[in-house]
Order: sequence, then structure tokens, then C-alpha cells
Amino acid sequence: MDNELITELYRSMLLIRRFEEEAARLYQERKIGGFLHLYIGQEALAVGTASVLDSEDYLVTAYRCHGHYLARGGSARAGMAELLGKVTGCAEGRGGSMHFYDVEKKFMGGWGIVGAHMPLAAGFAFAQKYNQESGATICFLGDGAINIGPFHEAMSLAALWNLPVVFVIENNYFAMGTPLHKTSPTDDLSLRALGYPMARDTVDGHDVFAVRASIHAALTRAREQHLPTLIEAKTYRYRGHSMADPAKYRTKEEVEDWRKRDPILTLGAKLESFGLKTLRDQIDREIEEEILDAVKFAEESPEPDPSTAEKYVYVE
Amino acid sequence: MEVSNSEDKINQTLPNQRELAIRDALREAMEEEMLRDERVFLMGEEVGSYDGAYKCSRGMLEKFGPKRVIDAPIAECGFAGVGIGAAMAGLRPIIEFMTFNFSLIAIDQIINTAAKARLMSAGRLSCPIVFRGAGGAAFQLAAQHANSFESFYAYTPGLIVLAPATPYDMKGLLKSAIRDDNPVVFFESELTYSLKGVVPEGEYLVPIGKADLKREGNDLTIISWSKNVFLAEKVADELVAQGVECDLLDLRSLRPLDKEAIFKSVSKTHRVLIIQEQHLFASYGAFLSHLISTEIFDELDAPVGLVSSLEVPMPYSKSLESVVMPSKDRCLKEAWRVLEGVKLS
Repeated sequence: MDNELITELYRSMLLIRRFEEEAARLYQERKIGGFLHLYIGQEALAVGTASVLDSEDYLVTAYRCHGHYLARGGSARAGMAELLGKVTGCAEGRGGSMHFYDVEKKFMGGWGIVGAHMPLAAGFAFAQKYNQESGATICFLGDGAINIGPFHEAMSLAALWNLPVVFVIENNYFAMGTPLHKTSPTDDLSLRALGYPMARDTVDGHDVFAVRASIHAALTRAREQHLPTLIEAKTYRYRGHSMADPAKYRTKEEVEDWRKRDPILTLGAKLESFGLKTLRDQIDREIEEEILDAVKFAEESPEPDPSTAEKYVYVE
Repeated sequence: MEVSNSEDKINQTLPNQRELAIRDALREAMEEEMLRDERVFLMGEEVGSYDGAYKCSRGMLEKFGPKRVIDAPIAECGFAGVGIGAAMAGLRPIIEFMTFNFSLIAIDQIINTAAKARLMSAGRLSCPIVFRGAGGAAFQLAAQHANSFESFYAYTPGLIVLAPATPYDMKGLLKSAIRDDNPVVFFESELTYSLKGVVPEGEYLVPIGKADLKREGNDLTIISWSKNVFLAEKVADELVAQGVECDLLDLRSLRPLDKEAIFKSVSKTHRVLIIQEQHLFASYGAFLSHLISTEIFDELDAPVGLVSSLEVPMPYSKSLESVVMPSKDRCLKEAWRVLEGVKLS
């Protein structure tokens, strides 16, 4: 296995983990307003996916978006500043936690209405095909999104028009606080691909290498054959739905079981077993510095000028 | 409502001037813009093989092929969202709703995504897209197919909302809408697709945000938009016969609004009658009334007059429908209320 790849995957996952932990702390200090949905536990999905994307590929997701933004190369400074509502944020304090963007890196948000970004993703893929571009579109969604109308309409159009899009269900087993068995008659969520029809896959979302392989296969199908795919990735969030949720609807044992398979600990142990403990420790220190720098940057950045409250409504 | 005889006054026909029906004016606008810009495409239900539910895209599939004239299945949320995504990725879609009644299935996409993307991304995303189709009541379509949604969409910052009346304005404004970098909601009317009027050969644009003063008089300003401009014209005809000369202002563009044109006219006539197909409650016309009453209060010699649809979902029966919609009689009654005490010359 490629040591450089492993260290990069480790670095990227750890950056997200530490970013989210600091965000939680700042939220508790009331420095972050609104909703804050943390990605802790699901890092292997965003990172494994981003590691097989080309610069031509679009990535779009729902409101639990910090991990995807960082994995796609979004700046930790600009992300943290956005959480604090600062003008130096990735959306200049207009978007907040649920609406991160880095359009130059083709990270297209950051959308707050469950399932509503799926037709949008099909639209990015439509444009890629229309323009005969080589890229494809990856669209992440939660297991809570599979029962809402836009899921069906987007899947339907993607299959009908052969759009180069990959829909990835991040099945963390809870739609907010409602367990999967109350929202789906089966725990095999990729079955939903069959009726459109569309290629499907199921992957262990805690295994960053399995994620890479599954996404890569789907991307190849999208790029070379203009065919969409539905992937179900089984994963888990260690925290509640948002910071407002103490997650009392599940047992400590269940959370601990998932933590034993934690993708970051797993990869960290792998690095150590390869004799790369010194390198790993160095990465840990570098990430710590990057996060502290991001927090400092965010805290020291100015608020948006109130006189600009009505900016960015229209293209003039 | 009847629209058949009213266009003569609005489109003064001169010898050798070409006349087009509104559906053909719209088609010309789309075709010209598609020839001009490869990124423009038309998507919607029945727009291709069927030539459009109201034949606005007749022959376009043959001319441009299935890549650019795209028949969509019945999935308004889906294809509106695909259009929005395509627009953010650099294309310039025209999304046809068979009627705006069905746009409610897509209204989350239009309001929560298209209209807000620019703000939420601090200008990093833009959404150059046109949503067009028939709005408002026609003949006895009953409650679910007779909605007039100008107030819904005009309420939303981030959207441009256009509601032209004449073939000339339909063509010129649709071309401007397609070239605009913002999401545009463009209202047409089932009742006027066959209405003919002067549309000159060759390229022209009607600017967004400019009202059109269709006739001039010193006694009363009548403000309307969309097909009610034709009703307003009839009302003005009647009033002239009774010695009242009217300014008739066709707003054409609801958001942005040509406030200056309104203020200029009202500052001359000092009396206003607004005719809208919306319900009065929390409506666009009520907003206009507020605007006039606050911004140029001193110019008013009477409270602002406003004729709206009654506060009821549209009933089916013709006898009921005609009572619910603004009528000439209701407009005249309201006009005389506004004109009370005026000394006619």
C-alpha cells in the first residue's frame, strides 16, 4: 500500500475530526449560532471520495457539510470563520454552518432542505454532459433523504437522461432522532436504485479504502458511460443530529461499537504498524497547529459590515 | 375575460407592420436567443414532440434537436432543480411550466435554491435561468388551475418577476430575461397566447424594470400588468367616454419595479386605480398601494383604488368565475370612488 496515500488520507480525516471538535467547543462557548451538524465519525466517506475526484468533478452535499468542504480542499480558516459569521468566511458570513461553498474547487454546497439538492446535482451532471466535459458529479445525502419527493425525481431524471452523477447515501442509521427501521422497510438502501433502474453498490463507510474503490467504480461508470449510480455507505455519527441533540435515543454501547472501528484510529494504527509512528505524530501536531491557527484567524477576523446586509441578492 | 378587441388600441397597427400572436413572439424570442448562445436550452413538459402544451415551441425540436429542446417527464421539482443546477454550472436554461399552477411542486427549488444561492454563497454562485409559462385564470379551469402567483414570487428577494401583456413586450422581455444573470419568473397567460400585435422584424430588447405608459391622461392613473392590462384599457375607454382621461401604466416588470414611472404619473393625476388578478389579502397590489401611500402621500387626492379577485379559490361555474375575477364594472365602480369630487374638464 502507498504510504503517501495513507498519510494523506489520515491527515485529511484528522483535519475534519479536529475541526468539528473545535466547532463543538466554540458552539458551547456560544460563539457559533444557529444549527451545527457535526461530521464526527463519518470522515472516511468524504475523504475517501474526495481522494478519487478530479478537478473537473463536482461535489455537493446537504447541511452536514464541513467534512466534504474540507476534504475537497476548502480552507480550515475560511470554514471556521464562516461558523463564527465572519466576513473572511467561505461565504463571507452569509451562509453559516449549513452553507459552506468553495466553488473554485467545485465544492457546490452546503444545502439545507433535505433532498432538495439532489435535482441540483443532476443539473450539474446535466451541464457536464451538455458541455461534453470529462467530469462527473458526486452528491451526498443522508438516509433521512430517501423518502422525500426530490430523491425520486432526481433519481428518475438521472437514469432517464443518463447523467454522470453518483448519489451517495450516508446511512448513519438515524434521520435526526428517528431510527432507520422506522423510515425504511429494508436496511439495504441501495435497493432503491433498482426501479429507475440505476447501478448500485453498498460500502462500509468506515473503511476509507472501500469507499475509494466504490466511488472510483461509480465515477468511471459516470465518466465513460454517462450512467448514474446509487451507493449506500453504512456509517455512524458519534454525536447527535446537531449540537441541540444529546442523542438519547441510542445506547452508549452502540456508539462504542462503532468507535472501535473508527476510521482515523484504524488508519493511525496502520501507520504505526508500518513503522511510521514518528510521521503520524508529526501529522497530529501539524493538524493541531492548523486548527488552532484557523480558530485564531476566525476569532480575530472582522464581522461583515452591517451596511452590506443587502449585498449578494442580484447579479448587477 | 374578453381580450379580443382590446389589442387595437394598445398596438396601434400601421401599414406594413408585422403582427404576431404571443405564442409566436415567445417562440421567436427563444429561437433567437438559442441561435445566439449555445448555452441556452428549453426544457419542460411537452415542449418537444408536442410543440408545447400551448404551441409556444412549435418546430423548435426539429430546428434545435433533442439536446436543446428537452421533453421532461411530469416532475416539476426534478426538472426545475436540474435547470437550476445546470444554470449554476454555466448553462442558461429556459424551464417551461405548462402552467404556473404546477410550479408549486418546484417552488422549494425556485425560492429556497435559485433565489438564495447567490446570497448564501456570497456571490460565488449565480443562477441565470428563466421559468416561464401560463399564469392566472382562464375560462372555467376551476380552483387548482386558476392560480395567479405574481404575489408569491414577487415577494422573494433574489428573483426577477416579469408579467408582460403585449406580443411586443413578451418577445422583448423574454429575450432580456434569457440574457439576465439572475433567476427570472416570467408569467404568460393562457387566454392571450393567440392574441396578435405588432412585433417588428429583427432584434430588439425590452429592458427589465421599465413600465410602459400605454396611454396618457391627466385625471387618473390606472396601473396593471399581465392580461389585466387589456381590461384596464377597456376601463379607460369607458372613462374617456365619461370625460375622464387616464394614464395607463403597464408595469411589465414586478420585481424590479419601475417606481419612478408610478410616482411620475401619480404626481400628475393625483388619483390611482390598481387592477390585479391577485386576491387583495397580502397581495402585490396592496404593496403598490402602500408604496404610493407612503412615498408620495402628499400627491394623493384620494385613497388608492384597488380591484382584486375575491377572497375565494376559483369556483368552476362561469357565473361565479366572472364575479370572482376583476370585471369592467367593478373597476369602473372603484374608479368612480377614487374620482369622487373630481371636477372634470
